[in-house]
Amino acid sequence: MTPVRLRYRIITCTLLTVAAVYFLVPVYWLVVSATKSSGDLFGSFGFWFANPRPIEYLGDVLTYDNGIYVRWFANSLLYAGIGALAATLLSAAAGYALAKFPFPGREGIFNVILAGVLIPGTALALPLYFLFSGFGMSNTYWSVLIPSVVSPFGVYLCRIYAAAAVPDSLLEAARIDGAGEWRIFSGLGLRLMIPALVTVFLFQFVHIWNNYFLPLVMLSDSDLYPIQLGLTSWTGYADRQPELYQYTVGGAFLSVLPLMILMTVLQRYWRTGLTEGSVKA
Amino acid sequence: MRRPTRTEARNARAAAGFLLPFLALFLLCFIAPIVYAIWQSLHKTERTGPLGLGGAEREVFAGLANYAQALADDRFLSGFGRVLLFGAVQIPLMIILATVLALLLESASARWVTFFRSAFFLPYGVPGVIASILWGFLYVPGISPLVKMAQEVGWDVDFLSRGTVLWSIANIVTWQFTGYNMLVLISQLKAVPQELYEAARIDGANARQVALHIKIPLIRPALVLTCVFSIIGTLQLFAEPMVLRPLASSIDSGYTPNLHAYSEAFVGNNQHLAAAEAVLLALVACVLSFGFLRLVGQRGKEDGR
Repeated sequence: MTPVRLRYRIITCTLLTVAAVYFLVPVYWLVVSATKSSGDLFGSFGFWFANPRPIEYLGDVLTYDNGIYVRWFANSLLYAGIGALAATLLSAAAGYALAKFPFPGREGIFNVILAGVLIPGTALALPLYFLFSGFGMSNTYWSVLIPSVVSPFGVYLCRIYAAAAVPDSLLEAARIDGAGEWRIFSGLGLRLMIPALVTVFLFQFVHIWNNYFLPLVMLSDSDLYPIQLGLTSWTGYADRQPELYQYTVGGAFLSVLPLMILMTVLQRYWRTGLTEGSVKA
Repeated sequence: MRRPTRTEARNARAAAGFLLPFLALFLLCFIAPIVYAIWQSLHKTERTGPLGLGGAEREVFAGLANYAQALADDRFLSGFGRVLLFGAVQIPLMIILATVLALLLESASARWVTFFRSAFFLPYGVPGVIASILWGFLYVPGISPLVKMAQEVGWDVDFLSRGTVLWSIANIVTWQFTGYNMLVLISQLKAVPQELYEAARIDGANARQVALHIKIPLIRPALVLTCVFSIIGTLQLFAEPMVLRPLASSIDSGYTPNLHAYSEAFVGNNQHLAAAEAVLLALVACVLSFGFLRLVGQRGKEDGR
C-alpha cells in the first residue's frame, strides 16, 4: 500500500469514528441511565454505571400506575402495526391499479395523490381534529388509526414498483385462464410486489410510531395514549414526583429497543425502496 | 367525444375497485381537512346576544380577517422567522454532513462499513419526542454529563439559554435525520454504474476529484429530494420545542408556527385562527418546496442537463 493511500485510510476511519461517537453517545447514555435509580441519575456521572439494577428499575417502569406503560406500549404497537398493515394493502391496491390499468384521468389522480406527499402532516392534523370532533370521533382509537392508513408515498412507491415488476404478459395469461381481477391481484400482483410492500410497511410503521402531533391533538384519554404521549405526560409531573425521571428514562429505553432491532435487521429493505423513484424517474 | 372501448371500460371498472378504498380515505384525511380548514379560516364565531356577549354562538363569514389577525401577530411571524433561520442553517449543515458520510462510506478507503452505516442510521429509529427527552437530559445542568465535563475543563456552557436553545434543537434534528439522508444518498450512489468511476480513475482523477466532479453531480436528484423533505419537516417543527419547553424559559407558546397554531386551538380556544395558521403553514411549505424545485430545476438546465 502506498503511503498516500494509507493516509487516506487513516483520515477516513478517523472521521467515521468521530461521527459514530456523535451518533451513539446519546444512545449509550440512555442504556447506562436505564440501569440507575433517580438518585444516581442526578448524583453519579452520566456516562458510567452506578449501582446498576436494570431488571428491578425496568420492572418498576412496567408496573408503575397499574402497568400503564405496558398499555401505552400495546397502543403504540396497535396504531403502528395495524395502521402500517392497512396502509400497505391500500397502497398496494391503489399503486397496482395506477400502474396496470390505463384509464382516462389516471395521471390526474396520481398527481393529486403525489401532491399529498408535499403537504405537511401537522398542517393537516389540526383541521383533521376539528373535523373528527365534529363527528364525535376524536379521542378514540379510530381517530389515530384512520389517518394513519393513508400513505400517498406508499402509493407512489407501489405504482413505480408494480410498473416495473409485474409483467403485463403474465396478467394477460392469467386473464385468458379465466382468473378474476381480484384473484390476479391477490395471487400474483401482491406476491411480485413484496419487496416494495416491505419498504412501505417499514416506512409507515416508523412514521406512525414516531408521530406525536396527531395523537397529541386527537387524544385526551391517557388509556389511549401511544408511548411517546405517555412519556411526555410523565416528564410533566416529574417536578413533583422525582422517581418519574427514572421511569421516563427507563420507558424511553424500552420504547426505542423494538424499532432499533427492526431497523438494523431490515436495513436492506430501506435501501432498495428509498430511491426506487428517483433512479427511474 | 370518443366512446370508451370495451377494454377501457373493463379497465376502468377493475381499477376503480382497487383504487376506491384508498381514494375514499385520501378524500377523508387529506382533501376534506384542507377544504374544512379553508372554510373555517374564512369564518368566525359570533355571539347573538347584545354587545357580542351571551346568547347562542353562530358561525359568520369573516373574509380574510383571521389571516389578517394571524399576519399581524408578531409572535406568529417571529416563529416563522425562527424556523426559516433554523432551516437556512440546519438543512445545509445536515445535508453536507450526510453527503460527506455517504461519500466516505462508499470510498475505497473505508473499513467496517456495515457497522458505521448502522450506527449513523440508528438515531432515525428514535422518535422525535424520545430524542428530545434524551437530549434534554444531556442539556440540563445537574444531570448532563456533557455540561459536567465542559465545566471541568472550565467551559461554562448553557445549552438552554435564549441564544443557544434554537441550535440545541438543531442538533437534535441533525442527530436524528443525518443517517436517514445519508442512506438515501448511498442508495443513489450505488445506482451509478461502477465503470464511470473506473474510467475517471484511468483518466487520472484522484478520489477527491471523482467525488466532487462525478459523484456529487450524479446524486443530485437524491440531494434535491432530501432537501425538499427537510424543508417540509423544518416548517413543521413542533415536538422538539414542545418537549424542551419546561427546560428552557425562552421557548414560548409561539416559538414555532406549529406551536402557535396548537396553542391557539387548544389554549386560546380559537379554532378559526388556528385553521388560518394551519393553511398559512401549508401554503408556505408548498411555496418553499416548489420554489426550491424550480430553482434547482433551472440551475440544472443551465448546466446543460
